Amino acid sequence: MAIIIDKDTRVLVTGITGRIGSFHAQDMINHGTNVVGGVTPGKGGTKHLGLPVFNTVKGAVAETGAELVVSFVPPPFAADSIMEAADAGIKTCVCIADGIPAQDMIDVKRYMRRYKAEKRMRLIGPNCAGIITPGQAFAGLMPPSIYKPGRVGIVGRSGTLGYEAASQMSAHGIGVSSSIGIGGDPINGSSFKDILELFEADPDTDAVVLVGEIGGPQEAEAAEYIRDHMTKPVAAYIAGLSAPKGRRMGHAGAIVSAFGESAQEKVDILKQAGVTIVPTPSSFGEVVEKMVA
Amino acid sequence: MDIHEFQAKELLSGFGVNIPRGGIAYSPEQAVYRCSELSGKSWVVKAQIHSGARGKAGGVRICKSEEEVWDAASWMLGRKLVTHQTGPQGKLVGRLYIEEATDIAQEIYLGFVMDRKLERVVVVASAQGGMEIEEISESEPDSIIRSVVDPAVGMQNFQAREIAFSLGLDPALINQAAKTIMGCYRMMWETDANMVEINPLVVTASNEIVALDAKVSFDENALFRHPHISELRDKSQEDPRETYAGDRGLNYIGLDGKIGCIVNGAGLAMATLDMIKMAGGEPANFLDVGGGASPERVLQSFKSVLNDPNVEAILVNIFAGINRCDWIAEGVILAVKELDLKLPLVVRLSGTNVDEGMKLLADSGLDIETASSLAEAADKVVAAWRATDSAYAEAS
Repeated sequence: MAIIIDKDTRVLVTGITGRIGSFHAQDMINHGTNVVGGVTPGKGGTKHLGLPVFNTVKGAVAETGAELVVSFVPPPFAADSIMEAADAGIKTCVCIADGIPAQDMIDVKRYMRRYKAEKRMRLIGPNCAGIITPGQAFAGLMPPSIYKPGRVGIVGRSGTLGYEAASQMSAHGIGVSSSIGIGGDPINGSSFKDILELFEADPDTDAVVLVGEIGGPQEAEAAEYIRDHMTKPVAAYIAGLSAPKGRRMGHAGAIVSAFGESAQEKVDILKQAGVTIVPTPSSFGEVVEKMVA
Repeated sequence: MDIHEFQAKELLSGFGVNIPRGGIAYSPEQAVYRCSELSGKSWVVKAQIHSGARGKAGGVRICKSEEEVWDAASWMLGRKLVTHQTGPQGKLVGRLYIEEATDIAQEIYLGFVMDRKLERVVVVASAQGGMEIEEISESEPDSIIRSVVDPAVGMQNFQAREIAFSLGLDPALINQAAKTIMGCYRMMWETDANMVEINPLVVTASNEIVALDAKVSFDENALFRHPHISELRDKSQEDPRETYAGDRGLNYIGLDGKIGCIVNGAGLAMATLDMIKMAGGEPANFLDVGGGASPERVLQSFKSVLNDPNVEAILVNIFAGINRCDWIAEGVILAVKELDLKLPLVVRLSGTNVDEGMKLLADSGLDIETASSLAEAADKVVAAWRATDSAYAEAS
């Protein structure tokens, strides 16, 4: 079933009545996603896009059995919406908001630890494009048509660079099992390693493409996991080879502040772990084709 | 967002951190007047710019007479100070901070950062103050003390005391040091700062603990809930190209090359810069036009890129998900016409409504080169830039 989402996953959209939430919820439905309802406090009991709207996530879970929340709540209130989902027993929360204060994310991560590991919600994002299992379902704002169903997993920080990778792979006839955007924030939910573990265990995935960038320790952590535990081949591209030190390159997390955080250092660390390096952002297609041949 | 030393000190003082007495001056006359206000026999004249390492650049001067203060002030004001943090263009000194001189017995390093691995605030301290933390971790790594704060309860007094004892401070100073450390932490947390650095924190000859310098940087994502912090922004310390684009809601970073870039998404924008470099060019900027970009927003992006006089060619690279290639194309056409663009322009469109977008460009009759892949786009823009007069002159 690929990872995290498939055609049966019961999806709840928070912020569904907003302009952006509404637009993407409709797109998700159009592409086969099993959207079971939405949440907008104060609009409970109404209908939107033909779906029931609830006041609280707990209420929605009780009525619909929702397992996955995709949150289109704006940044100042997004942390609150993540914690509400965690408390309502949701399995996975995909948070799209770009611009959540770092302190709010520290609070979110601390809050999630209140739940035992096996009952703890999986957070994807924030500041991400979402997740997709091509041909089945998606939760987020990516254009589903560029993904071909297949057996290579994608995990990346950037939305559009992930599209670039997927479309090059499609052009080379390579399909995707699932594509997961972990987001560009310095403090985020699932790490590269968390997602690699899922792909390693997934019988429908044969290989993985990792799309990283400058800043933060997560690519180095992924390299260690790949070296010690992964049996499936991994290819990686790291964006920001030409980025100056100490500047924040768009993503709040894309800033080089310590050793091991520059693109070249990350490339070296991944290479040593046995990862196939995608040398340029225009060679995803041919490198992955060769790797899975 | 960075702020000036005097602003950081004022904030810290509000949280019970001792700072030397001082005042702001915009002219040598005012600087001398501040000395008479402060009385004493020696003063420190400090250039207020958003950078560390000011001392090495001549931006911090200890003066023993009013004449020296006058001279130091007139040398600094209006000058662009260059440090390893400002880049070669330097930062303009628009105001000075005049402080009473402090008799230093010991210098301590005290820093508070958001640690990305631990996802918590970490306090870093060392009894080897005065040097930058990078130097300390290189030459005196064993002197570094770390303490992690649990966000559920915030920093506790015992943690502050532990740090103070580990610094080897006189037992009589522990409470004062703990109060200072707690004050810095509270300031950081309550204002959504992502970095507070006191270097040096000093023990004076009269056994007082004083913050002699202070550097604070704030989380821009949290400024919406701290209007009094937003007001501390000083645009004169920013790259004017970035201010111009930032005021138009665009995410722009100025670089040193000749090829202007307009891209959607931060990751793809970084990758585009890499691609230009690999093709033999140098990017002039990073610009993320964002999602759902209207033609007007594309026009503003062109204005921001062209605001840099070094730009000699432009690359537009869009992979539309929530964007629409036809809107982007409309914006490109609008910009070329409205700004009477003469520079070589290469446009690569992909994703949502790409056929409509490409048709608009083709039907416009304008001299716009198009590309279907990222590699082709980078090669074309670098070739187009090489064909310009100034690139030819540079090469020969």
